[in-house]
Amino acid sequence: MSDRVLTVSSSPHIRSKQTTMSIMRDVLIALAPASILSIVFFGWKSLLLIAICIVSCIAAEAAMQKFMKKPITVGDLSAAVTGLLIALNLPINAPWWVALIGSVFAITIVKQLFGGIGFNFVNPALAARVFLVASWPTHMSGSAYLPADAVSSATPLAIWSGESAGELPSILQMFLGNGVYGCIGEVSAAALILGGIYLIIRKVITPVIPLGYLGTVAVFSLIAGLGFDGMLFQLFAGGLMLGAIFMATDYVTSPATPLGQLIYAIGCGLMTCIIRFYGGYSEGVMFSILFMNIASPLIDKYIRAKKYGEVKKNA
Amino acid sequence: MVTKRATFKGGIHPAYNKHYTESLNIEDMAPVKQVVIPMAMHIGAPCSPVVNKGDKVKMGQLIGKAGGFVSANIHSSVSGVVAAVEKRLTSDGQMTMCVVIDNDFEDTPCDEIKSHDIERLTKEDIKEIIASAGLVGLGGATFPTHVKLAPPEGTKIDHVILNGAECEPYLTSDDALMKEYPEKVIGGLKIIMKLLDQQKGYIGIESNKPAAIAAIEKLADETIEVYTLDTKYPQGSEKHLITAITGREVPSGALPSAVGCVVSNTATAASVYDAVMNGKPVYERIVTVTGSGIKTPKVLKVRIGTMISEIIEFCGGLTDDAKKVILGGPMMGFAQYTTDVPATKGTSGILCLNAKDAAIQEPSNCIKCAKCVGACPMHLMPMYIAAYSQKLDYDKAAEYNALDCIECGSCAYVCPAKRPLVSAIRVAKREITAKRKKEQEAKK
Repeated sequence: MSDRVLTVSSSPHIRSKQTTMSIMRDVLIALAPASILSIVFFGWKSLLLIAICIVSCIAAEAAMQKFMKKPITVGDLSAAVTGLLIALNLPINAPWWVALIGSVFAITIVKQLFGGIGFNFVNPALAARVFLVASWPTHMSGSAYLPADAVSSATPLAIWSGESAGELPSILQMFLGNGVYGCIGEVSAAALILGGIYLIIRKVITPVIPLGYLGTVAVFSLIAGLGFDGMLFQLFAGGLMLGAIFMATDYVTSPATPLGQLIYAIGCGLMTCIIRFYGGYSEGVMFSILFMNIASPLIDKYIRAKKYGEVKKNA
Repeated sequence: MVTKRATFKGGIHPAYNKHYTESLNIEDMAPVKQVVIPMAMHIGAPCSPVVNKGDKVKMGQLIGKAGGFVSANIHSSVSGVVAAVEKRLTSDGQMTMCVVIDNDFEDTPCDEIKSHDIERLTKEDIKEIIASAGLVGLGGATFPTHVKLAPPEGTKIDHVILNGAECEPYLTSDDALMKEYPEKVIGGLKIIMKLLDQQKGYIGIESNKPAAIAAIEKLADETIEVYTLDTKYPQGSEKHLITAITGREVPSGALPSAVGCVVSNTATAASVYDAVMNGKPVYERIVTVTGSGIKTPKVLKVRIGTMISEIIEFCGGLTDDAKKVILGGPMMGFAQYTTDVPATKGTSGILCLNAKDAAIQEPSNCIKCAKCVGACPMHLMPMYIAAYSQKLDYDKAAEYNALDCIECGSCAYVCPAKRPLVSAIRVAKREITAKRKKEQEAKK
C-alpha cells in the first residue's frame, strides 16, 4: 500500500467519452454521403480535389505549428474537416493549385495565425472559398461548375436568377442531386440532410441552427411569393444545405446559447434570402454565414444564459 | 400516497456504474483496534475535545463539543480508552485535531442511548435531541441538521422534502438504506414534519432505484408523496430537487427556506429517527466501497474514525492496477493521496478507480462547442467563467455569475476538450469571495 502512488486531481473524476477528435470524426462521417455522391456525380476528379484539400490542410497545420514551435494537433482531425469542407465547396473544374492555395490559406491565415483551433473568428473553409472566388473568379464560377459531359448550362440558382439561360432541374432532382450542377458537395440535399441527422443523433450539433436557418429561408420564400415549389427549390438549391448543416454550425464561430443560436440562424437565413432574391449575386449562403460569424461574439455578449434562481419576486 | 415524475433543466447522463454494489445488502465493517475521530467533520465551527488522554469512554459518549450554533457534537464510535488527543492528517488534506480511541471491543453503550417515547417529547425536546446527537447532512455536505431544521424567523415552510436521489454515479448507500430501513427514513421524515408543523412530506428518488421506490411506497401513507425523479445528474442537488418537486427556483444566494422548502437527505432522516427514538448519536454511517480498483465492492456500516485503509483491506484491498482513491462520488468527491485518513460523517463512499478509469486526459483548446452551457444545471456559461478565471479577470468571471456555480462538475464532464472548467471556476469563486470580504472590511 505504502509504495503505491495514487493519482490526485480535482473533481469531477470522470469525463464523457466525447472528445474534440471524436466530434471531428463524426463530422467526417456525416460528410461521407455527400462526398461519395460528389464522386458518383462528377467522377474521379472529385476524389482528387478532396484528397488535395485534406492532405494540404493537414500538412499546412503541421508545418505551421512546427514553425511556431507549438504542439502539433493534426490528430484532432479538425484540419481534415476543414480540408473536406473546402473541397466540397469547390467547382469540379477548379484546378489543383486553387484547391491547394485555398487549403493553405484557410489553415495558416484564418486558423493558425489567430491561435489555432477554437480561435478562428470566421469559418476557415468559408473564408477560403471567399478568398478563392475573389482571387480566381473564372476558376470558381460559371463554366467551372460544368463537367465535360454537361447537359445543362449552369447552376440552378444562376438559371433561376436569370444570370444564365437554361432549364431548371426538377425539385426531386434538386433533392437527390443527380444532374444538378454546383460545388461538388452541395448538389445532393438528401445526402447532406442524412449527415445532419447523424450529427444530431450523435449529439455533435443541436437542430437549432440548421432548422432556424432553413426555416427562415422557407418562411421568407413563401412571404416573397415563391410558392411551395419555389420554397423547396430555395431550400435545396446552392450551398444552403451544406451551409446550414455543416458550416453555420461551426462551434467556434456561432453563439453559445440556444437563443443566441436562433438569432444567428435567423440572421443567416434573412441575409441569404436578401442576397438571393434582391442582390446581384445568385448565391448568398457564403457571405451570410461569414457575416453572422463576425456578429456572433456580439450576440454572445448580449444574449446570455438566464441563470437558475435569477431574481424572482415572491416565488 | 401518489407517485409523480419530476426533473429539472440541464444536467448530464454519465455512466452510473451502480452495478458494483446495487444488489448488495448493508454489511457491518469488522471492529477495528483504534479509531481516529476528527473534531472538524461538518460545515461550521470545529468541536473542542471534552476528553483527555487516558479517559475511559463509552460508545456514543460525547467527546467533542460543538463550537457554536453552526457546528455539531461529536461522539465516540467505540467504547475504550482515549489514546491521544492530537492533530492527525484528515481527508481534507489538513492536520486536524482528533480524538484517538483504543477500542476495547465491548461496545458498551453510553447512558444516553435509550429509547424515547415520541408522544411525550415536545418540539423543543426533539430539537434538543437532534442538536445534541451531532446530526449533520449525511449526503456529503455535512451541514448541521439542527440549523437546517430551524428556518429563519418569519419564513413560511410548506415543503419538507427528503432527498433520495443519490445522483452521484457509483454510490448506492442511500439506495441500500431505503431498501433495508424504509421505516427509519419515513419515521425520520415524520419527525421532521412534526417539528415544522407540516401535514405533508415529500420524498424524491431517482428512477434507477425501483426497489427503493417500492420499499418507500409500501410504507408511505397519505401524508407522504413519493416522486420518481428522472435519472439525471445532479438531480440530488438541493436546489434541483426543489425545482423538480415544487417547480420553484431557489433565488441566487438564498436558502431553500426562501421558497418554503427544507430538504434533508434520506440518511439524515434515518439518523433523526435513530436519535429521537433510540437516543443514538451519529457515530456510524453507511459507506459504499466501490469501483474498478477495489477487489470486493461492499456497502458497509462503518464506525466514524475507522481508517480508510482498514475499510479498503476489509473489502479485499485495492486491485493491482488501482490508481485513484476518492472519498465521495466521482463527480464531487475528493481524491486522496493516502488512505491513512479516517472516515468521517461525510464519507458517503470510497471510490477506487483502476489506472484506465483514473487516466487524466490532456486539455486542448476550447472549441466553444457550448456543451457546458447546455449541461450547467445553474444555467451559467462555464466556458466564459473559466476563461476569464484563467486570464485572472475575476471581475468578469463574477459578471458571468461565477458565485452561482454549485461545482457539480457537469461542465467539465461534458467538455470534449477536457478542460479543467470546475477547477478554474473554483479559483474564481475563491478570489471573488476574498475580494468582496476585503471590500466589506475596508468599508467598516
